[in-house]
Amino acid sequence: MTDKNGFFDLSKTTLTRRTALKGLAAGAGLAVAPGFVRYSQAQSSAPIKIGFQSHRTGIGAAYGRWYEKTTAAAIKAINAAGGINGRQVEVIIEDDGTDPGRGAEVVGKFATQHKTDIVFGTLFSHVVIGSAPAAGEAKMPYFVVSEGHHVASTKLNRYVFQPGITDVKSQIQSMAPWIAANAGKKVTQIFPDFAFGYDHRDYLPPALKAQGAEVIAQIAIPPTESSFTKYFPQIPPETEVIYHVMVGPAVLTFVKELGEFYGSNRPQLFGFIDSLEAVDINSPGLEFLDGSHFWEGSPRYAQPDDTEAQKAYRASVGIDDNGAAVGDPKDVSTAAHMFGCWETLYVVKKAMEDAGYKGPEDRAKLVEATEALKEFAEGPEHPQGPKTFNGKIHQCFGIQNISKVEGGKLKVVHKTKIEEGLYEAEGDYTTQAL
Amino acid sequence: MSEASPAKAYALHLGVIALLFVLSFLLPDYYHGLLARIMVLAVFAMGYNMLFGYVGLLSLGHAMFFGAGLYGAGLAVIQLGWSVPAAFAAGLGCGAVLSLIIGLLALRTTGVAFMIVTMMFAQVVYLAILYFAAWTGGDQGMVVPQPTRVLTFGATSLDLTNPTVRYMAALGLFSLVLLITLAVVRSRYGRVLVAIRENEERTKMLGYDTFSNKLAAVIVSGTICATSGAAYALLFGYVGSSFASVQYSILPLLWVLLGGAATTLGPLLGTLFMYYVIDVTSGYTSAYLLIVGVALILLVLFFPKGILGTVRQRWLGWLP
Repeated sequence: MTDKNGFFDLSKTTLTRRTALKGLAAGAGLAVAPGFVRYSQAQSSAPIKIGFQSHRTGIGAAYGRWYEKTTAAAIKAINAAGGINGRQVEVIIEDDGTDPGRGAEVVGKFATQHKTDIVFGTLFSHVVIGSAPAAGEAKMPYFVVSEGHHVASTKLNRYVFQPGITDVKSQIQSMAPWIAANAGKKVTQIFPDFAFGYDHRDYLPPALKAQGAEVIAQIAIPPTESSFTKYFPQIPPETEVIYHVMVGPAVLTFVKELGEFYGSNRPQLFGFIDSLEAVDINSPGLEFLDGSHFWEGSPRYAQPDDTEAQKAYRASVGIDDNGAAVGDPKDVSTAAHMFGCWETLYVVKKAMEDAGYKGPEDRAKLVEATEALKEFAEGPEHPQGPKTFNGKIHQCFGIQNISKVEGGKLKVVHKTKIEEGLYEAEGDYTTQAL
Repeated sequence: MSEASPAKAYALHLGVIALLFVLSFLLPDYYHGLLARIMVLAVFAMGYNMLFGYVGLLSLGHAMFFGAGLYGAGLAVIQLGWSVPAAFAAGLGCGAVLSLIIGLLALRTTGVAFMIVTMMFAQVVYLAILYFAAWTGGDQGMVVPQPTRVLTFGATSLDLTNPTVRYMAALGLFSLVLLITLAVVRSRYGRVLVAIRENEERTKMLGYDTFSNKLAAVIVSGTICATSGAAYALLFGYVGSSFASVQYSILPLLWVLLGGAATTLGPLLGTLFMYYVIDVTSGYTSAYLLIVGVALILLVLFFPKGILGTVRQRWLGWLP
């Protein structure tokens, strides 16, 4: 059928040089128009951009390096399996210097310059708290891997999530039953006199009390301290367990001096591996820790009962059976925490697929889809173990590992249950406007 | 330094303000947001410059004044539920009172002792913030909730989290402090400060009470820095101890040295330069602080009086 009187009546058309030039110019204009071709492509095949706020420098650099390795491995696996919603995933890294001021700027940079779809990966609590306002103002979904209680406290905003690693309140609460049943009933806490220490100071006593045990002394050590011997006489003699969470370079001195103070006749020792992440457990001075116990999010050393998913995860990230980089035994990983990057990225993938996420205009849908998530089954996407997710407080809950230092290795002797780490929600992010 | 006509100096400063205003409409989103932050921190540098540049007192503790404003305003909103103007005034008040106390104590010393005493006081403030973590949030800091960061005038309200409002608020504050600084340094009082810097004994012999003048300079300087801190808390929504740490005592010194000590526009230029060098180089290497260090060394070698200080020395003697 031909429409002789309409637009398609080409028989009457005379193609002049001017018309041809106009046509060519219009065609060329369309081809380079920023919003036309590229936009239609963006909806189909352009990569999903994830802004990775990394602690490349500053106090968090050791963590940052391993967070990057884990993230790269997860992205490689996700892309190899077809990406997210059929689109490849691209990670853009910016260093925040482990500084909250710079952290906020970096979030702004991701939102307005790189125009990433989400921001991800922050560990240190003060950087998360410093960056959260910028994420909320930019309406930028911000997936942190921090283990701080700040997200679950509901003091941040609706755009901040922690779906890939449990928070410290939950971790401490989960430890109490095992400590009370296996290590002792009278506990003395030694902790750094700043926020990380305060979480332990505040959350352990009620958790132990619920188990019939008690904290009989709390010794806060100023962050500027470099020698600890003078604090040890404050430890009550009836102490059955010393619960220690010293962090930073001073931990080696702390352990050495504690060993010199007690000799071979010491109380039980229980600590959080945060103190010794990226530190070889066989470092000189740490011999005193032999026989003591540690919390681990994910085990540093390969365990005889590791699942296939755990084995595959370790191989993908590139850590050997001792939790060090393959080919460099001195490069000890931050295994207890970095799995959170892997698992968070799979949560992002699941939420984006549930939301039918296409681009930044769907960020609100992504927030709601993430809040709607309930459970993450153990498997290749969640090798650390099964988790539940509370969409109201944007926090996941999972199992914890208690490991014993034996023969220069950490051997998992107990795994907690998810229920042991649950607590009453302190608020509800879903009541906030998007 | 040759004398400039007031019109020329004011025209230059108004021109800079006008340029910053126009840039608000031209800059891409990211640099728009970054410049708002830079202007607020340039106010901090201007406060520091008042004491270091014009009086010659090198403090290593000005983070405590920034922190006083930051926490004064932030805590007023978070803990007391005050409105933005009241919280801003609280921040200024905290800075003024703290600088009066510090001035009375630290000005008993000079030179290296002044540096050490100010640094020690700043450490006291920093550790006090950590110690009173139940109220201050300790090393993690606290968020100033987004819904509270609204400026209300009767029926109308301005949302300080809106990028344009925030930029204009930062520009307004920067412009006000810049013009006040210019007026102060061109005033008789400003001349006395420079005289103290050049030769305190001779200034005393001329009959000036140098202690009172220096104390007033510490208060003006500290209050300007607190203004910057208060604005930072209210505009950017975070209050944290890292802003009261020694790093934030060193930074304004670097910004002022880079831009040009005892130049009114030097603090802005120094802050701008440092921010952009870090922003650009951190995109290429994690050793960006090394590049910043090299840039600083080159600047000291080729611009020993800072960028604008050298410009003034070599070409534009009338620059205030």
